[in-house]
Amino acid sequence: MTKKNKSAVQRRLIPTYIFLTIVAFISVFPFYWMISAATNTSLDVARGRIIPGTYFIQNFTNLVTQQNLWGAMWNSLFYTVVQTVLALFICSLAGFGFELYHTKGKDILFSILLLAMMVPGVATMIPLFKMMASAGFLNSVWGFILPSIATPFLVMFFRQNSRNFPPETMEAARMDGLSEIGIYFRMYMPMMKSTYAAAGVITFMNTWNSYLWPKVVLTSTDAQTMPMLIANLSSGYLIDYGVLMTAVLFCSLPTMIVFFVLQKQFTEGMTGAVK
Amino acid sequence: MKKKKRFGLLTKQSIAGWIWLTPATVLIAIMSFYPMVQAFITSLKTGSSANMTWAEPILYNYTRMFKDQTFMRSVGNTFFYLIIQVPIMLILAMLLAQLLNNKDLKFRGVFRTCVFLPCAMSLVSYSVIFKSLFATEGLINTVLVNLGILQTGYNFLGNSGSAKIIIIVALIWRWTGYNMVFFLAGLQTIEYSVYEAAKIDGASSWKTFWGITVPLLRPTIVMTAIMSINGTLQLFDESVNLTNGGPAFSTITMSHYIYNNAFGTGVANFGYASAMSFFIFILVAILSMIQMKVGDTRD
Repeated sequence: MTKKNKSAVQRRLIPTYIFLTIVAFISVFPFYWMISAATNTSLDVARGRIIPGTYFIQNFTNLVTQQNLWGAMWNSLFYTVVQTVLALFICSLAGFGFELYHTKGKDILFSILLLAMMVPGVATMIPLFKMMASAGFLNSVWGFILPSIATPFLVMFFRQNSRNFPPETMEAARMDGLSEIGIYFRMYMPMMKSTYAAAGVITFMNTWNSYLWPKVVLTSTDAQTMPMLIANLSSGYLIDYGVLMTAVLFCSLPTMIVFFVLQKQFTEGMTGAVK
Repeated sequence: MKKKKRFGLLTKQSIAGWIWLTPATVLIAIMSFYPMVQAFITSLKTGSSANMTWAEPILYNYTRMFKDQTFMRSVGNTFFYLIIQVPIMLILAMLLAQLLNNKDLKFRGVFRTCVFLPCAMSLVSYSVIFKSLFATEGLINTVLVNLGILQTGYNFLGNSGSAKIIIIVALIWRWTGYNMVFFLAGLQTIEYSVYEAAKIDGASSWKTFWGITVPLLRPTIVMTAIMSINGTLQLFDESVNLTNGGPAFSTITMSHYIYNNAFGTGVANFGYASAMSFFIFILVAILSMIQMKVGDTRD
């Protein structure tokens, strides 16, 4: 392609650039607002002051004295990590079994499991609450994680991605005397790295951000998570917006870090997902 | 002898396969299917959580539901969000995916990251941020007053019409990037040469979008539509944290109202809440079936 051609192509793309820039601005602006608001006084935030201020240390000090910030951060992190690790392990094992040990019976079971996708969280909330209460799991990590360790979505995601896993290598591995569980740990897991990354990012974000179920099952303030802490701060009669936005900032950091660190693998993993 | 051993190996493999999917199957059965049955049984009962008795008549909670003005209002609100937000969001997501799939475009990675970024923010957090942006003296009003569009600040969240629209705007902001990722992934499976050919034939990008992208993305559209519809029918965080269902229940969603009945202040009415949640289950099931049927007609 000649140079002239190239610049003509770029000129034709000008409306696209403008449109995408506007969309990108709208997408990013609330993040800027959050950071800027965390550095301003409540009154300034309420009046729509857009320039960063110098009040961050004060907001942070107020937040730590008013609320158990580190407790909530630790709870969120602990629940989320346990949930993500267990969900990835159990759902990938199921996806591996459904796709690579394929039989008719397993196919029927898979379509039955998919029906669980239609079960809304709000419908199972009351029976699950009763189950967790009678098992003594209220305010515990088990109460939080058990209902969503195995989700039909994740099982399906791993199953679809497992189609990229060549069955011939399994035969070869068996010839070499590798056990079935060995195939999963030594071959499947390393080869499906980007699928794990994509599933990990989605699970981490969903768990970290979940609000309805924790609100039901974590009744004690000692067990509360970051989204619950924010909801408490914003439901009072007098809202300190500076403190609130500082809490929002802390709540958003872990998910943003996870996303940026795993972004490349995430995109690769997602691309393999939809065939 | 050899044949026998081979058969044994195959059985061993099949059993191994069953073992791999047992933990997930058992968990889904206990944590989804069993509670669903329980929810239905509870929906036929009345009384407070400790001593529930069978309802008299047995469908009392269901008949009560259809006479409950607030519940009907929450159903109406939820469908209002659904009908307006889901199509706008999905079309926008597809359009963005198509634009970002152009190989001549520079800074694709930057744009993609920016558009996806809202997904990294928790639902509670963005509700709170939108609440502060659209407050009566907040940033949006300040800008509108300074531009001379408004005389004084408008109470966006205090008026039922505008409060509903803010919720829709917030939902589109949060979820468009998420859906775009699925469309981008779907576009990878379409040969780029199809687009080159369309360009040579002189098709406009608008025509290419409706003529090539949308039909080829059909399976992805069905999947994202099912996910979005299920998500919108279960909308909770935004209703609680952005408007608290107000003013006067004009923005409350079904899940929010059910939560209030079961765990809100006052008597915990598990029976009635279960009946309403079973109603949502039936709605989700019907809509998913329709969608799957629509998705299947291609083959």
